[in-house]
Amino acid sequence: MAGLHKSDMKNPVVRWIDERLPIPSMLNKEYAQFPTPKNFNYFWNFGALAMVNLVVMIVTGIFLAMHYTAHTAYAFDSVERIMRDVNYGWLIRYIHMNGASMFFIVVYIHIFRGLYYGSYKTPRELLWMLGVVILLLMMATAFMGYVLPWGQMSFWGATVITNLFSAIPIVGPDIVVWLWGGFSVDNPTLNRFFSLHYLLPFLIVGVVFLHVVALHITGSNNPLGIEPKGPQDTIPFHPYYTIKDTFGLCIYLIVFAFLVFFMPNYLGHADNYIPANPLVTPAHIVPEWYFLPFYAILRAVPDKLGGVLLMFGSIAVLFVLPWLDTSPVRSMKFRPLARPFFWMFAIACVVLGYAGAMPAEGIWVTISRVGTAYYFMYFLVILPVLGKLERPRPLPESISAPVLRGGGPVPAGASAKPMEKA
Amino acid sequence: MMRSLRNAVVAAALVLATPFAANAAGEVVKPPAQDWSFGGLFGTFDRASAQRGFQVYKEVCAACHAMKQISYRNLAEIGLSEDEIRAIAAEVQVQDGPNDDGEMFERPGRASDRFRSPFPNERAARAVNNGAYPVDLSLIIKARGGGADYLYALLTGYRDEPPPGVPVMDGMHYNDYFPGHWIAMGRPLNDDQIVYADGTPATTSQMARDVTTFMAWAAEPELEQRRAMGVRVILFLTILAGMTYAVKRKIWADLKH
Repeated sequence: MAGLHKSDMKNPVVRWIDERLPIPSMLNKEYAQFPTPKNFNYFWNFGALAMVNLVVMIVTGIFLAMHYTAHTAYAFDSVERIMRDVNYGWLIRYIHMNGASMFFIVVYIHIFRGLYYGSYKTPRELLWMLGVVILLLMMATAFMGYVLPWGQMSFWGATVITNLFSAIPIVGPDIVVWLWGGFSVDNPTLNRFFSLHYLLPFLIVGVVFLHVVALHITGSNNPLGIEPKGPQDTIPFHPYYTIKDTFGLCIYLIVFAFLVFFMPNYLGHADNYIPANPLVTPAHIVPEWYFLPFYAILRAVPDKLGGVLLMFGSIAVLFVLPWLDTSPVRSMKFRPLARPFFWMFAIACVVLGYAGAMPAEGIWVTISRVGTAYYFMYFLVILPVLGKLERPRPLPESISAPVLRGGGPVPAGASAKPMEKA
Repeated sequence: MMRSLRNAVVAAALVLATPFAANAAGEVVKPPAQDWSFGGLFGTFDRASAQRGFQVYKEVCAACHAMKQISYRNLAEIGLSEDEIRAIAAEVQVQDGPNDDGEMFERPGRASDRFRSPFPNERAARAVNNGAYPVDLSLIIKARGGGADYLYALLTGYRDEPPPGVPVMDGMHYNDYFPGHWIAMGRPLNDDQIVYADGTPATTSQMARDVTTFMAWAAEPELEQRRAMGVRVILFLTILAGMTYAVKRKIWADLKH
C-alpha cells in the first residue's frame, strides 16, 4: 500500500520526515520502546560496547589512512611519522592499536555470555550465526591491520598465515601465490591488505546491522534463559538500558584509556618496532594475543593440513552449535551438570592462549593437544550428550517470579510446558 | 610451481639460518630492573640525563648507528635551546638537491633535518662493520623486549674474556645480556671516554644510563604528554562513571525487581 506513514511524532519537521521516511518511528520503536527483559546483568552491556568499539575503530582508522603510506619502502616510516609529527597522531594510532585488543576482549566476553546463557538456542540460531560471521570478519580485518605497519611481526605473521593455505591439496601453493600477488609477501600483498583492511570493517557494519535486526525479531535472551511472559517481564530499552549501557561504557572507556595512555605497547610485540626484513626471521613468530588459542590449535597437530583444518574447524563448529547443544534449557544457571564443563571450556581457551604464546615444543605441545581435544569435545560430545542425560533444575515460571519454592515445571525436552502467568 | 616455491622457501631458510643461528637459538638473559626517571606510571624524562645521553650518542654511537626517525628540531623537547640546536645541526654536512644545474650538493645541516646517518645505506654500513649491520636506534627501546633495562644491561654487560669453557668467536664480543652472547659490536663505552659538558664524571654506567634515557625519549617522545593526558582522561571518566551510576540508580529505583 502506497501512502504516507502515519506518524506520532510531535515536532512538525520530524513528523514531516517521518511520514515520508519513517526512520524516527523505527528508532522510537526499536531503541526507545523496545521491550527488553528486565533482568539483564552487566554481561548484557557487551553487545553495545562492541558496537561502540567498531565505530571507534572506523573513525580512528579513517584518520590513520589519511597519513599512512601502503608501500613496503614507506609503511614503517609513515607510521612513525604519525607517531611523531602528526598532531595527536600517537593518540589516534594507540587508540586504533589498543582498540583492536579491546574489540576482541569485548567480543570474546559477549560470545562467552552467549555460550553460558544459551543465547544461541532457538529461536536465535541465525542471530548467533551472524555473530560468528562478524567474528570471522573481525579476525580477517585484525590480521590484515597488523600487517600494515610493516614491522618484523607484520611481515612474518603475514608469511606464516598466508602460507597456511599452501596446505590445501593440489591448488594450495597456487592459491598462496594468488593471495600474495607475487612469489613472497611483498608490496602487492601490503597493498591488497590495506585495501581489504579498509573494506572489511564496512562489511562488519553490514552484518552487525543484520545481527541487530535479527535480535529485534527474536528479542534478547536474559540470564534466566526463559522468554518474557508479558509486559510485567519487560521494560522499555530507553531509559533503563540506555543508562545502564552508558554506565558500562564509562567503565569500558576507563580500561581502554588506561591501556592507551599508560601501557600502549603492553599487548603488542617488541619486534614489530623493527622494520620488516625478509632476510631475518624473528626467534619466535607469535600472532597478536587474541589469535593465540587458535594458533595453539593450529600447532597442536603434527600435520600441516590437519592443523589448518582444525583451526578453521574451531570457528566452523560455532556455526552449528545451535544444533549440537541438545538441551532445551538455555541458561547454565539451571544446568548443574553442564556448568562445570562450561567453566572447563573457558579454562581450556585460556590455557590454549597461553600455550599459543609458548614455543611449540616439549610440554606445550601436549598441553595444546589436551586443550584442543577438550575444545572440540565440548561442542561435539559433551553438549550433545549432556542435553540427553542432564536433569535440569526447575525453571522459574517467569522473569518476574524467578524465585520458586517447592519446584516448578521440569522441562524435559519439548514436553516442557511453561505455566502461564495470570 | 609447488616445487619451485618449496625450493625457494628452503633456500631462503638456509640463507637466513646461517648468520643468525646463534642469535635465534641464543638464550635470553633477563636484564636486572633499573630505576628510571621515566619509569612507572608517572615518570618523566630526566632532561639533564637525556642531554648527556645525546652527547654520548653524538660522540660514540653515531659513528655507526643512525637515528633516522629523529630530527634535530626534536632536541628542543629534552631542553636544548633553538641556538644550540641550530649549532648542533650545522656541525654536519647533509646532501641536498638537485639544484638548478641538476647537481646534488652538500650544505650544513638545519634544525629541520633528520639526524644524519653515518652510512648512506645498509650495504655500506655492513661493508665497514665486518658484515654486521649497526641497527637504527630511533626505536631501540620499544623494539627490544627488555626495553631500557635491556639496553643498559647490554651496554654495561661486556666481558673481556668469555666464561671459562666457552670457545672464543673471532671478531665477536662476549656480552652477558645479548641473546646468544656473541655480539658484533665491540664494547662501546669505557670510563672517561668522553668529557661531559656539565662536568658529570663519565663512568661507563653513567654514560650507559644517560644514553638509555636519551634513547627512551627518542623512542617515545610523546610519553610525558601521553601520561599527563591519561591522568586527566581517567579522572574525567571516573567522575562521569560515578555520576552515570547515580543516574542509573535513580532511573531504576521505580522498578520492582
